[in-house]
Amino acid sequence: MYFLIASGLSLIYGLMGVLNFAHGAFLTVGAYAMWFTESKLGGVPVLPRFLLGALAGLAVGGVFAALVELFLIRPLYRRHIEQVLVTVGLALATVALVTAIWGNDARTVAAPGWLGNTTTVVGAHIPNDRWVEIVTALVVLLALNAFLRRTRYGLIIRAGVENRAMVTALGIDVRRAFTLVFALGGIAAAIAGVLSNVYFGTIDPQRGTSLLIFAFIVVVIGGLGSLRGTAASAVVVGLVQQYANYYASSGLGDLSVVLLLGIVLLARPRGFSGSFA
Amino acid sequence: MSLLSVSDLHVHLGESHILQGISFDVADGRVTALLGRNGVGKTTTLRALMGLVPSAGTIELGGVQLGGKPTHKIVRLGVGYVPEDRDVFAGLTVNENLRLAERDGEPRYELVYELFPELKERGQQAAGTLSGGQQQMVAIARALLNDNRVLLVDEPTKGLAPLLVTEVARVLERVSELTTVLLVEQNLGVVARVARDAVVLDTGRVVHTGPAQELLADRPMVHRMLGVGSAAAA
Repeated sequence: MYFLIASGLSLIYGLMGVLNFAHGAFLTVGAYAMWFTESKLGGVPVLPRFLLGALAGLAVGGVFAALVELFLIRPLYRRHIEQVLVTVGLALATVALVTAIWGNDARTVAAPGWLGNTTTVVGAHIPNDRWVEIVTALVVLLALNAFLRRTRYGLIIRAGVENRAMVTALGIDVRRAFTLVFALGGIAAAIAGVLSNVYFGTIDPQRGTSLLIFAFIVVVIGGLGSLRGTAASAVVVGLVQQYANYYASSGLGDLSVVLLLGIVLLARPRGFSGSFA
Repeated sequence: MSLLSVSDLHVHLGESHILQGISFDVADGRVTALLGRNGVGKTTTLRALMGLVPSAGTIELGGVQLGGKPTHKIVRLGVGYVPEDRDVFAGLTVNENLRLAERDGEPRYELVYELFPELKERGQQAAGTLSGGQQQMVAIARALLNDNRVLLVDEPTKGLAPLLVTEVARVLERVSELTTVLLVEQNLGVVARVARDAVVLDTGRVVHTGPAQELLADRPMVHRMLGVGSAAAA
């Protein structure tokens, strides 16, 4: 899940230099779009209702992100402080809006029953929704990688992460790539939102904000602008957090992750790969 | 006849007034050298023509105003650019660097590989692992891939070994047969070989324009305008 929300963040910062504090809002919007769609499909069986809700969540997350780039970020190119303020404002506004419409209470999301069952592997009982999350993250990683490696827009994005001005100097309008990256980031965050609905069993307005800080940590540790670095660091961060919570004490997981961030910043500021944080 | 016309060009960067109303023309089908000591504004001039830095004044390409246009639109009007530090995309392969530069319907790979056969052999190699000279080939090849009306070339021999300097000069000679070039270059031997006209800058102003050969033949003028190092380079 960390990879899903962090991957878009990494690409957005790597290509555009935008610290998108509204990224959590994409997750929240995607999650609520899923829940809302499901709530309107009352008579439909659970599995198709779940899938349609998920698709709606992805679509809304992607469109929302693209609109944010077009109308909020684009007018503020090269004005980094204003961009940060706008994205922080949007994050707060999204939470406030969702709370105003649907309240602060957690709401349940319908999901196929088999997701709540477990599968035993080498003696370990692993909930099936975890497998879905792992497979989804892998599929997204492969799909993003294929997009970056095999398409012209992917080429533009990879080059733009290195040197945006030179891409422009080759006659390429990078603004379209910016919108596309935001949309892809929004879709990935929305996938995280959909899966978080299943993981936590409920949905609430603060979900995106609470996960965003970990997404930033993953991105910084992995290296800004590096998809592979993000994938690797998501695994490391997730493992450190869970092991610390399990073997030390619940709650120490978050502290451990922050300590890990500090160590990485001191020892290797550019993270596993990618740009300097 | 003038293809590229610059009139009263000003560039401010921070508190500094880098270009203070420079004016010059670049004749069609010829190589014009833009000369001067370090820090006089040569690179800034090219970057201003590309729209990479904000500027005031008039820039015309074949009668079309370039001033105020975004960089990608300027490029699509037929301007190729070889930047000072090559700026190849290190994480992309040679082929990907070239593919990214494709603009027109028929990119001129035949010409590129005729001039730089090594690039064909190293197509799958990451550009960041190339030598400086090979990276310079990629940078020039990117600009040659499209049928540009003018090439802006910034110090293509900078940091290269003498053998490679000769190679780049050979390429520039070939390129000058195909298109108009505005060349920033510190190596006066290369300038003597390829340039027809010369524009000299000093502290953000044009201090001399005229035939390149006449300027280079006047050693005291060269020493006065271009500094000590340039005499050794020539």
